Amino acid sequence: MTTHPGREKHFIRAYGDRRDDGVIQLSFTLPVTASEKAKEAAKLFCQKLGLTDVKVAAVERAAENYTFFVVYAKANVVLDYAEIDTPEIVIKKKSFDELNAYIEQEIARRVVVFGACTGTDTHTVGIDAILNMKGFAGDYGLERYPWFEAYNLGSQVPNAELIRRAKEKNADAVLVSQVVTQRDVHKDNSRAFIDEAKKQGVYGKMTLLLGGPRVDHKLALELGFDAGFGPGTKPSDVANFVVHQVLQRMGKEQKGAAFEGAPT
Amino acid sequence: MSGLFVTDDQIAHARKLAREITDPIFDLIAKNTTVSVERTVLRWFGVDGVGNLGAPLVNLMVDRLQAAGVLNKGAAYWYGRALRMGASSPLDAVERLTAAPLSTLGPLPPEDEAKLRDEVRAEARAMVQELKDRVARRDDLKREFPMAQAPHKYLIVATGNIFDDVDQARAAAQAGADVIAVIRSTAQSLLDYVPHGATTEGYGGTYATQENFRIMREALDDESRRLKRYVQLTNYSSGLCMSEIAFCAAWERLDMLLNDAMYGILFRDINMRRTFIDQYFSRRICAMAGIIINTGEDNYITTADAYDAAHTVIASQFINECFAHRAGLKDWQLGLGHSYEIDPYKPETLLLELSQAMLVRRCFPDAPLKYMPPTKHKETDIFFSHAYDVMADLVAIWTRQGIQLLGMMTEAMHTPLLADRYVALKSASYLHRAARGIDEEFVVREDGKIANRARFVFGKALELLEECHKDGMVAAIGRGRFGDVKREETGGKGLDGVVEKAPDYFNPFLELMEGRA
Repeated sequence: MTTHPGREKHFIRAYGDRRDDGVIQLSFTLPVTASEKAKEAAKLFCQKLGLTDVKVAAVERAAENYTFFVVYAKANVVLDYAEIDTPEIVIKKKSFDELNAYIEQEIARRVVVFGACTGTDTHTVGIDAILNMKGFAGDYGLERYPWFEAYNLGSQVPNAELIRRAKEKNADAVLVSQVVTQRDVHKDNSRAFIDEAKKQGVYGKMTLLLGGPRVDHKLALELGFDAGFGPGTKPSDVANFVVHQVLQRMGKEQKGAAFEGAPT
Repeated sequence: MSGLFVTDDQIAHARKLAREITDPIFDLIAKNTTVSVERTVLRWFGVDGVGNLGAPLVNLMVDRLQAAGVLNKGAAYWYGRALRMGASSPLDAVERLTAAPLSTLGPLPPEDEAKLRDEVRAEARAMVQELKDRVARRDDLKREFPMAQAPHKYLIVATGNIFDDVDQARAAAQAGADVIAVIRSTAQSLLDYVPHGATTEGYGGTYATQENFRIMREALDDESRRLKRYVQLTNYSSGLCMSEIAFCAAWERLDMLLNDAMYGILFRDINMRRTFIDQYFSRRICAMAGIIINTGEDNYITTADAYDAAHTVIASQFINECFAHRAGLKDWQLGLGHSYEIDPYKPETLLLELSQAMLVRRCFPDAPLKYMPPTKHKETDIFFSHAYDVMADLVAIWTRQGIQLLGMMTEAMHTPLLADRYVALKSASYLHRAARGIDEEFVVREDGKIANRARFVFGKALELLEECHKDGMVAAIGRGRFGDVKREETGGKGLDGVVEKAPDYFNPFLELMEGRA
């Protein structure tokens, strides 16, 4: 945390029903049978968190061997609000509806995205989770966004073919998924993809993204991609990233602007 | 009855349109089979297990028959041929058949052909009986420990590890869940094979395998006895292995399956022909095994706007019902899906949602119906989210839903915590208890907002059915009429797995299920 000499301090505590009472509410489950002993355990648990005046308000039998607690307690934590630093520009991650409305308003055309597992990789689970209607973990795939035009070419697609098809439709972004990583085949194939993108003259014009279980942002940048998306990536993360990239290319957004959910 | 809204004649007209809309599709179904239907046939004969590289034996055998261009006679026929070659077991049959040179696969003398079919038919009959016996065991348990009153509270578990799923499912059952759904691993529907054995790693869910079904049903049988209340189990008969999953589930005594005639086409981009053929065979199995199907119309209004697309849900339900009836399913097996999804910041949404749920109830009075919770407009303010779910609980009891998937207050955040399920169950039980019979106490005025909205939605549903009737289902899907998703007849995944039947195509299970043998 940076210090700000001369800035006025602004101390805060949690607010229950009066200033500085420090009251917070929390709920959690312990894997024990509901009983007086369980209630005592919940109280001790909260005391070990540093809370005082612990009131275990509810002791609920969530199942035979699980008890759910609702607790009110005092937290003696004090913060100097003046010392809190957040990045200069933080663009909030947009929801499905917000992002569609944003594209309509700012880009005024559908954002075109191509995706495939290139090379010999036959595992479409990653690219399907990102592009398919259904999406992943309740997060809708790009196909479902009315303001995205998403093409999923499936597996074992040659790099040249993917780039050629993307070029035909003036794609804004191309997603390469690499699941198989034996003997670093994903890295070799990804390098080959970047070489092909340069050859076909799209490098630097389209946003090129790499995804997969052994992919991280740093690796993707090293390989020459614009970003890398590892395990747990949701379609909405990719959707938001692509929209920011398009806006940056259009000059409507500052290059490198920080936004929530950006790959790191 | 909450309200009439529309006349019986109008509803009968919608059913007639649905019947005629599906006619051409039944021609397609009669003339074709698929690799997954044929794999189902082999599974039913007891071909289980995997080859050296982990590929299921049924895939090895069917791929071999397809490559040889002889799958059009039906896998059952070739299974019979392998037995006549002296195969001692199903596994041996696969090995003999996959090793046989093509030249040995020519026709037999006519009397041998007939004899082969009789033998295979007799074996199929025995296997069908065994399936029925297994189902009867489930029904005995249900009689011994009756289920709670509807709406049956449906809860999801999804850890990726079947053994952890068992712990979560038992906890949910103890807290009052009536139905446990095990969510599948992401994109399993696009696998053209059913994974094998117990699995402990999944991505966003747990693989649907026959062994996982067995493990979970056994645990719930045990839990049902302890709670003295039968707890149902459901999984997903959808995607490229729709009918194989239906068989595995039927064999392992599952109670319900998500099974939709169009979901795979629209939301998974699975080829239309493949889906229509697979859904028919899978539904024949569900009909025989007393499995309640859950259709997926609720998904339409997560892609399209729930207010504007309400009529597509009704139209699709008539079509799904028709596909189901024509596959032998009875009304009590039709968990037609619909959902509570209108943006809660708009006015009168409770009236609109009630109107829709009442209309569905009016159109399908004897179907259990499956009510889905809000998801699309869920917020991370869990307290608001919880209140929103409670409104769905109220509508569910008011409109006598048979199955209600309970919303989770952490819907927009993460897979549910154990406590999230507990909180949802406690409130749903409260609403179901508090408001039972409310539909008989309040008569909805026929000139009010609810009735007028229901009439409007039904009218638009009829228009859509008329369009499908005039131009065909394929054209309507091509225009994105359902869920705003456009698909073409020859597009999507799995078309290469569709095979035109030969004149002497043989499938004794289909004969038995259709009552032809």
